[in-house]
Amino acid sequence: MSKARVPAAAGWFTLDDSAPALLGTRCKACGTYFFPREEFSCRNPRCGASDFEETPLSTRGKLWSFTDNRYPPPKPYVAPDPFVPYAVAAVELEREKMVVLGQVVAGVGCDQLAAGMEMELVLDTLYEDDANEYVIWKWRPCDAR
Amino acid sequence: MPAEVAVLGVGMHPWGKWGRNFVEYGVHAARAALADAGLAWTDVQFVAGGDTMRNGYPGYVAGASIAQAMGWNGAQVASTYGACATGAQAIDVARARILAGLSEVALVVGADTTPKGFFAPAGGDRKTDPDWLRFHLLGATNPIYFGLYARRRMEIFGATLEDFAQVKVKNSRHGLANPNARYKKLYTLEEVMASQVVSDPLRLLDICATSDGGAAVVLTSLDFARKHTVKPVRVAAISTVTPVYPNTVIEMPNFATDSAVGVAVPDVPFRDSIARRAYEQAGIGPEDVSFAEVYDLSTALELDWYENIGLAKPGDAERILRDGVTTLGGKQPVNPSGGLGCFGEAIPAQAISQLCELTWQLRGQAGERQVANAKVGVAVNQGLFGHGSAILATV
Ligand SMILES: [Zn+2]
Repeated sequence: MSKARVPAAAGWFTLDDSAPALLGTRCKACGTYFFPREEFSCRNPRCGASDFEETPLSTRGKLWSFTDNRYPPPKPYVAPDPFVPYAVAAVELEREKMVVLGQVVAGVGCDQLAAGMEMELVLDTLYEDDANEYVIWKWRPCDAR
Repeated sequence: MPAEVAVLGVGMHPWGKWGRNFVEYGVHAARAALADAGLAWTDVQFVAGGDTMRNGYPGYVAGASIAQAMGWNGAQVASTYGACATGAQAIDVARARILAGLSEVALVVGADTTPKGFFAPAGGDRKTDPDWLRFHLLGATNPIYFGLYARRRMEIFGATLEDFAQVKVKNSRHGLANPNARYKKLYTLEEVMASQVVSDPLRLLDICATSDGGAAVVLTSLDFARKHTVKPVRVAAISTVTPVYPNTVIEMPNFATDSAVGVAVPDVPFRDSIARRAYEQAGIGPEDVSFAEVYDLSTALELDWYENIGLAKPGDAERILRDGVTTLGGKQPVNPSGGLGCFGEAIPAQAISQLCELTWQLRGQAGERQVANAKVGVAVNQGLFGHGSAILATV
């Protein structure tokens, strides 16, 4: 019996493996992007509008910086046992003019990363329980396929 | 008239992992500061407490908890929280009351008892709390953010692991003779670089620990202080600025920066604005600074601070470190106390302890870690949710 695939954060990204994308919002008044989605009040201090449209964010960007977790993070992170270190990337999206964090896919360590590198978004497993596989976005170097 | 208040007394409880009630450290520090000021607890008209989030309800009303333990004296009270800037906010509240003429003598006190290991978010299943979500979805501990900043310095400015380790070596030497420091051990470059990697490129010895500790200052009006001492140390400015939208540097506990699509990026980035606002208030520039206490949550962050507070141009921090500018004996020593590297972070006490160090240095009472001819000191910090502070003190 296969497990249900559920997003680890509902509404933060598409669940479509053929077109994975983060789902942000955009202020209809001033055009500012938000991720995670802002739907209450625009954070541009001279705007404050409350009309937003959902928008998929760019799925590629340039690596701003990166690091890794060599030790299991504390709860509420669900760390596998034994723990496998993983990298974390900060990726700059050109169109949205913002930097978005994400885990880096398994098997790509800091020694394979460099600032400015082109990265792309993928969907991957964050953790599993008996019923579900919890899905999260991750970054992967474009040339690592 | 410059908006200045006097620091009449300072006191600390040594940093460590003592495992006792935070109130004890606060009372110890408060009594030390009052003794240093030559005042009695019953002389205090206003108590400003820096709150701790890890000690239950007494921690959320730290000013009252410590006042009760000292014995209720009828003083007015305020308790504040501002992440790493908590202590500076408490100092600023006391300063504002004194400058407004509402109080003449204020006691500012902060203390903490910390758990072991990584700081973790508050408990419960809180799916709308970004601090909870960053741990749950990314495992983004505080060192993850520090690691991102450190790696960025390496990639953009060519900083090296040796540069980071050199900060630790310097600060470990500075803190050796500090009676309030938790770690009094001289480290070598090799030891720092060989310590376990926590979040690449940062090693265990690049990252500050969490500590128990307490710090207190007695602030008074200048008129009051002059009746008690000849040449009081003065707080010339305090900055507790928030960022200006859009903040384009990723900050704890966020998943993303602000977007710069709708609004132009401000001329002065957030971290530069923290000290700049204090310099502007006081009419003092970075070239006038005799020494600085900066928030070295990581060794690499200390290098960022050199640039953020104007001691070095962007990309020049490693050079001034290597040239010894920021070492005791250099032109502008940084973290003569030993910094967080020797103390570990006791959040609500930390900014208050920075003012204690500024005061000891400006009075010429810092013993073996004394900065020669100290006239102007600046202390800065930054933490979660866009908090940051700078305090300028002069004599
Ligand atoms: Zn808007």
